[in-house]
Amino acid sequence: MRVWLLLKILLHPIRWAQDRIDAWVMARVRRQPGPVPVPRHRVYILPTRFGYAFAVLTLVMVLAAMNYSNSMAFALTFLLIGLGLVAMHHTHANLVNVEVRPGPVAPVFAGEVAHFEIHIHNPASRRRYSVSIGWPRAPVAATADVAAGNTAALKLPLPAQRRGWLPARVFAVSTEFPLGMFHAWTWLELDMACLVYPAPAPPGREPPPARGAGGQLAGSRPGLDEFAGLRNYQRGDTPRAIHWKSFPKLRQPMVKQFQETMDREFWLDWDELPELDAETRLSQLARWVLEAEGRHLSYGLRLPGSRIAPSRGATHQHACLRALALHEAAAGAAAPAARRAA
Amino acid sequence: MKTTAGDYLAQSSLLRLLAVLALVVAPHLWRMPPWIGAAVVAIGVWRGLAAWRQWPLPPQWLKVAAAVLAFIAVQVTYGRVNGQHAGSALLVVMLALKLTEMRSRRDVLVVVALCYFTMLTHFLFSQEMWTVLYLAACSVTVTAVLIEANHPGAALAPRVTLRLGAAMVGLALPLMLALFILFPRVPGPLWGLPSDAGAARSGISDSMSPGDISSLIQSDAVAFRVVFRGPPPAMKERYWRGPVLSYFDGRRWSAPFRGDDYFRLYDPTTRLNAFARTRAELAGSGVPYEVMLEPHRQNWLFALDLPDARQLPPETHLTGYYQLLSRPLVKEQLRYALVSHPQYRLEPEMTEQWQRSARRLSPERNPRAQALARQWRAEGLDDAQVVERALRMFRTQEFFYTLEPPRLGPDPVDEFLFETRRGFCEHYASAFTVLMRAAGVSARVVVGYQGGELNEVGGYYVVRQADAHAWSEVWRAGSGWVRVDPTAAVAPSRVESGLSAALEPAELPGFLRRRGLSTFDYLRLRADVAWDYVNVAWDQWVLGFNPERQLELLSRFGLGDWQRMILALTVTITGLMALIGLLALRQARTAVPRDEALRLWRSATRTLAALGLPQGATEGPRDYATRVARARPELAGAIGRLAQAYVAARYLDQRAREAELAAALRALRAASGSPRGRQTAA
Repeated sequence: MRVWLLLKILLHPIRWAQDRIDAWVMARVRRQPGPVPVPRHRVYILPTRFGYAFAVLTLVMVLAAMNYSNSMAFALTFLLIGLGLVAMHHTHANLVNVEVRPGPVAPVFAGEVAHFEIHIHNPASRRRYSVSIGWPRAPVAATADVAAGNTAALKLPLPAQRRGWLPARVFAVSTEFPLGMFHAWTWLELDMACLVYPAPAPPGREPPPARGAGGQLAGSRPGLDEFAGLRNYQRGDTPRAIHWKSFPKLRQPMVKQFQETMDREFWLDWDELPELDAETRLSQLARWVLEAEGRHLSYGLRLPGSRIAPSRGATHQHACLRALALHEAAAGAAAPAARRAA
Repeated sequence: MKTTAGDYLAQSSLLRLLAVLALVVAPHLWRMPPWIGAAVVAIGVWRGLAAWRQWPLPPQWLKVAAAVLAFIAVQVTYGRVNGQHAGSALLVVMLALKLTEMRSRRDVLVVVALCYFTMLTHFLFSQEMWTVLYLAACSVTVTAVLIEANHPGAALAPRVTLRLGAAMVGLALPLMLALFILFPRVPGPLWGLPSDAGAARSGISDSMSPGDISSLIQSDAVAFRVVFRGPPPAMKERYWRGPVLSYFDGRRWSAPFRGDDYFRLYDPTTRLNAFARTRAELAGSGVPYEVMLEPHRQNWLFALDLPDARQLPPETHLTGYYQLLSRPLVKEQLRYALVSHPQYRLEPEMTEQWQRSARRLSPERNPRAQALARQWRAEGLDDAQVVERALRMFRTQEFFYTLEPPRLGPDPVDEFLFETRRGFCEHYASAFTVLMRAAGVSARVVVGYQGGELNEVGGYYVVRQADAHAWSEVWRAGSGWVRVDPTAAVAPSRVESGLSAALEPAELPGFLRRRGLSTFDYLRLRADVAWDYVNVAWDQWVLGFNPERQLELLSRFGLGDWQRMILALTVTITGLMALIGLLALRQARTAVPRDEALRLWRSATRTLAALGLPQGATEGPRDYATRVARARPELAGAIGRLAQAYVAARYLDQRAREAELAAALRALRAASGSPRGRQTAA
C-alpha cells in the first residue's frame, strides 16, 4: 500500500494533491435539505486540460513575438492572455449565486437506475449557460442553460442495487462555460433519497387463491377472461403483455389489459411463501402486487408486523411496494429524508 | 477520450466555423501560391457540402496520404518546410486538412488553437494598420466559435455567441494594453530568425545596371522619413547618400567587396573609422535630423551628405566611402539620429594607389566613350575642364530625361551616349563616371535618394522609392571628392523640385501626377498626407514599441528597469482583474425585483430562511405563513401581517399596502432578532 501511494505521488503529484483536497473538502460538505445557495467562497476553479494547452500556446506565441520583435504578435498574444483571465472570471461567475434545490425522485425497482432530480435556480438577471451536474470523478451527467429568474431541472442517475432508501451522495454542480479553459465547481449534498422497491420476481408463479368477499380466483389462467382494452406501459410489465401490434402506430408501448367480470379481493401474504428466503419473498410479493394491480384486482398485503387493507390504484400500489421496500430494511440505509422522497 | 453523443458538432456550428476559418485564412491565401488557395477553398467547400449532404468523412489512409502530399507540395514549392513562408503555408494547409476529420467539439478546440496561431503568422508578413481590424474581427469570431463549442446541446444563436465574444474581448483589451506597455520587452531574436523572415521589400541595391532605378521609382513605397531638428536644407542639397559604387564591369556598377580596405578600416573601440575621422573636413554648421528607416533587409543606412563621424548612432559605422552601415540587417523600422554638414571636403588627399583604383575601366568595353574622353584630354583640358566639358555635352546636345529609355546592349554607355541619348539618372551617372575615368579623373557612382516631400501635418519629410537617384563623385587633389550630378545638367528641375517637375506628366507613375490638380485630387492629396502621418504614429508607437522605446517611455514614470515594470504590471493586472471579477459577479448577483412588494417579501423569506424556515418552491405565501407561525409562535403576528400585506400589494394591486409590508418586515426582523432587523429598526 505504501509503495502504491508513493508511486501515485511520484507519477501524478497534481492528481494526488487534487484527490486529497477533494477528499478533504467533500468530507466537510454538509448534508442539507436545500435550497442550498452557492456563495462565492464555495466555488472552486481550476484550469481544464484545454486551459493548460491554451497557456502553453500563449507561451509559445510570446516567444515567437519576442523572437520576431513583432508588435502585432505581442498584441494578439496579450489579448489572448487577457481573454483567458477574463474567461476565468466568467466561468466562476457563471456558477456563483445559483441555488440548488432537491426535486422529486420517482421510486424505482432494485436493479434500475434512480434519477435524482436537482433543481438549479438562477436568481440573477442574466442567463447562465451550460451548468452541469455530476457525481465526483465521473463524466458530467446532465447540462442545461438556466434562464434569468428561472429554474432548470437536471437528473442525476444512480444505479439502485438494493431495496430500501437510496440516499443521494455528494455531487458536483459545475460549469466550463464560456471558453472551456476553466472548470468551476462546488460540492453539494442534498438531503434526498430514492425509494427502491424490491426487484419483482420473474412472473410465472400464481398468486394465492383469493379469499373473503370476492370468492375464488377464477381457474388456472387468471384474469384472461375478457379483453378490456389497452393501457400505458408501466414499469414491471412483462414484454409478453405488451400489445406489439399497436406499437408502431402509437409510438409508445401499450399493455393488453384484461378485466375480471367482477372485482375480487385477496390477500398477498408473507406467510404464503414459507419455502423462500426473506428477499425472494419480498420480490415475489412485489411481482404479485404488480400483477394484481395490472388486473385491477383489489388486494391487501400482510407482512410480519404490518398489514395493508385491500384496495387498488396507484397510491395503494405504492403503499404496498413501499412497505415491501422498507420491510426490515437495514437501519443504516434508512434515509432521514423519508418524508421528502415519499 | 470517448466521443459522446453530446460531443457531435451541430451542422450549423460547423458552417459557422467554416466561415470564421475563411476570415482567418483569407489574408494568408492572398500571399500564397495559387495551389494552396485552391486546395484550402476546395477542402472548405467540400466540408461544408459534406455537412449539408451528410457525406461520409474520408478514411484514415486518405487523410494520412493528403497530409504527406501537403508536406511534399510545400517542400517542392518553397524548397523547405520550415521558415516563415513555408511554415505558414504548411500551417494553413494543415488547418484545412484538419477539417476533413472534424466531427466533434474536441476537434473544434484544436482548430481554434490553430486559428490563433495562424493569426500570429499573418503579422510576420504585415503589421499595417488594417491588421488591427483583422485582429479584432478574428479574435471575436474565433472566441464565438469557442463559446459555441463549450455549449453542448442545441447550438446557440450567433447573435448570442458573438455578443458574448465581443464582450469578453472588450474586457480583455485593458489587460492587453497593460501587458503591451508594461511587459518587459526583450531585444529579439531569441533563437535567430529564419533567413526569410520579414516582408519582402523593394529598395535600392548595392549594384546598378541600366533600368534598375527607373523600375524602382514606379513605387510610391516610403523609403524613410526624416525630421529635421533645425531649418531643413534646400531640396537641391538633400542628397541621401547610400551605397557607393566604384567597381564597373562595363555594364553594371557594384559596391566594393568586403575585402576592400575601406571596409576593413574600422576601429571597434572608438566606433570610428580611422579613415573617415582623418579624411573628411566638415565646415559650416551641422544639420541635426532623425531618420525613420523602413526595413529594407540590407545593412546600409542613408545619411545626408556628409554625416559627422563623431556623432553616429549605436551599432553603426562609416566606411572609407563615407557610407553609413548598420551592424545588423535592418529588418524592422529603425530610427537613428545624425548630424550632417552640407559643406565638407571629403578625402582631400588620397594615395596614388587609391586614385588609380578609382580610374579603373576595362579597356574593351564602351570604347567610343573612352575614345571621346581621351580626345578631350588630348585637347589639353585639365580635370575641372573635363568635368565641365562632359556636363556641357549633356546640357547642350540632344539628351532627354525619360523614365522609359530604350533597352541597351552590351556596351550601354556607348549606346546611350552616341545612339539613344535617352535615359534616366542611372544612365547619366554611369556615362559621366565612365567618361571621367577614361579621361583620367578618379570618379565613382553614388546611389541613394534625392529630395523628399514635406508632410505638413507631421512636419517631417517623406522620402519614397520614387526619389531614388544616382549621381557621381569626382576626386580632385585639394578639394577631395566632389559631388557632380549629371542629371541636373539635363533636367535641372529633377534636382530642384523633384521628379514630377522633370518628367512629362504622361510618363509619371500615377501617384506622382500632380500637375493641374482638381479640387478632388487636392483633397485626396491632403488625405494622403494625413494618412501618412497616422501611419507614422502607428509605426512609431505600436510597431516600433521596442525595448528602447519602452524604456524611454516608462522612464518618464519612474519605471526605468524591468523589476519595476514587473511590479507595475503585477499591480495593474491585479487591479484590472479585481475590476473584471467585480463586474462578472455583479451580473451573477440576485436580481432585485422591480416590484417593491416582491422585494420586501424576498427579504423576509431570506430572514426566515436564515432561521431554518425557507419557503418551499411550491409553497404559497399564506401556507408558508401558517407553517412559520406554527414553527415559531413568537413570529406568528408579524408573519401573518406580512403575508396579508404582501398578498394584497402584489395580487390585489394595492400599492398602499407596501408601507404596511415594510413595517411588518421590520417587526418580523425585530422579533426574530436578526442583526439586519436591529439595524433597520434603529
